[in-house]
Amino acid sequence: MLTIRKYVKAADLEEAWQLNQKKRNVILGGMLWLRMCNRSIDTAIDLSALGLDKIEESETEFSIGCMCTLRDIELHEGLYAYSGAVRAAVKDIVGVQMRNLATVGGSLYGRYGFSDPLTAFLGLESEVELYKGGRIPLKEYLHMPYDNDILVRVIVKKQDLQCAFECVRNARTDFSVLNVAVTHAGGRHFAVVGARPMKAFLVEDEQNLLAEPTDENKRAFAEYVAETVPTGSNLRGSAAYRRHLARVLTLRALDRIGGQD
Amino acid sequence: MIVTITLNGKKITEDVAPDLPLLDFVRNHGCKSAKRGCDSANCGLCTVFCDDKPILSCSFLAVRADGRKITTLEGLQKEAAEFGAFIADQGAEQCGFCNPGMIMNAIALFRENPDPSDEEIKAYLAGNLCRCSGYEGQMRGIKAFIAHRKAKEVNDATGQ
Ligand SMILES: Cc1cc2nc3c(=O)[nH]c(=O)nc-3n(C[C@H](O)[C@H](O)[C@H](O)COP(=O)(O)OP(=O)(O)OC[C@H]3O[C@@H](n4cnc5c(N)ncnc54)[C@H](O)[C@@H]3O)c2cc1C
Ligand code: FES
Ligand code: FES
Repeated sequence: MLTIRKYVKAADLEEAWQLNQKKRNVILGGMLWLRMCNRSIDTAIDLSALGLDKIEESETEFSIGCMCTLRDIELHEGLYAYSGAVRAAVKDIVGVQMRNLATVGGSLYGRYGFSDPLTAFLGLESEVELYKGGRIPLKEYLHMPYDNDILVRVIVKKQDLQCAFECVRNARTDFSVLNVAVTHAGGRHFAVVGARPMKAFLVEDEQNLLAEPTDENKRAFAEYVAETVPTGSNLRGSAAYRRHLARVLTLRALDRIGGQD
Repeated sequence: MIVTITLNGKKITEDVAPDLPLLDFVRNHGCKSAKRGCDSANCGLCTVFCDDKPILSCSFLAVRADGRKITTLEGLQKEAAEFGAFIADQGAEQCGFCNPGMIMNAIALFRENPDPSDEEIKAYLAGNLCRCSGYEGQMRGIKAFIAHRKAKEVNDATGQ
């Protein structure tokens, strides 16, 4: 059970950060993950009065506040026009009522192994803005220890990029058995593989196998991804099955960014 | 903490515990349509509207509803009765436990998208579980309701 002694709606980020330095205090996102934990919280810190529930689109980037919900990023037309990867990653997470609560901040701060949006945002070469730590690439944040900073926003820079997301679930709204994002940006290709079931892993096309995206080269890259990415077994699937999925989903994603549906 | 929540149009000011789920708050105020069907944020039985958006009230703190408008099935009697009749007509209710949550979310769907495709209906209602397997019947009921509404609109427009 989760107990909370005190609830504070922070007036600014500094207040939220100060409060968050205490071990028994905690930032609230949508609280879906938090409430599953057996934990007694001293002060629950709410960021919902800070205007961080907006997606701002400029000529150069999308700036997504940490309190935006998964439903907000699913429905945002500008983001969808830029890439369908985010919508594809969140649309089957539990249900609309749940996605109206779960936040982008909580999802990325958690850096959960099973995460679908984490894979998609990595595919989009996103950055996160931390209150004290400043702007850093999400792929760096992925490996940072869980600290007491606040994830303020996620930034998706607009660039010449194509990214497709694929996943396999045993049942429509279950966690992914495996998820893959494949990106083509500035002549480079890379794949992100999540729910392995460990957290997302990046595989660059270092040998430039996709310099010419022929069917044969696509198969070679998919094979390379499957060989390179470490996979594990759990209730949802075995390591071998996940390796197989890594190859198939990489191929499908490659076909999608190549304009084949 | 003292909060003011507008529940089904009525303003309530009350001192609530910081960890009280909104679900228990609405039930304490007589809105028993919202139910707790799971402990993993998966079933949708606790669906209510917060400022007109469907949310899981089991996972939302009552203190966070301060200053907001909360609607439960009790506040949507007319809409719920009209639609519910189509579900009942298909025999899509067995124990009926999932029914209020599903009706709430279906109403949210119709408001957002008055003429959904089968796929859109399935996607929107994926978070409403029914342990008696009424999904086929629910689908028939929803489609019959949409067809009825469309026919009514045509009749109203042609003055019949
Ligand atoms: C039943 C269920 C099924 C799910 N299925 C899937 C799925 O299939 N795919 C998937 O990708 N995800 C899934 N999720 C995870 C979900 O999408 C969210 O990622 C998760 O709930 C965390 O988001 P939240 O807003 O609820 O965060 P919370 O639970 O509120 O917070 C999570 C952690 O992040 C911290 N935190 C929150 N916001 C910030 C911030 N701005 N800065 C710093 N720290 C912060 C909190 O203190 C806490 O430690 C599922 C969750 C549930 C409950
Ligand atoms: S009680 Fe099951 S989702 Fe809320
Ligand atoms: S009718 Fe029994 S749970 Fe749906």
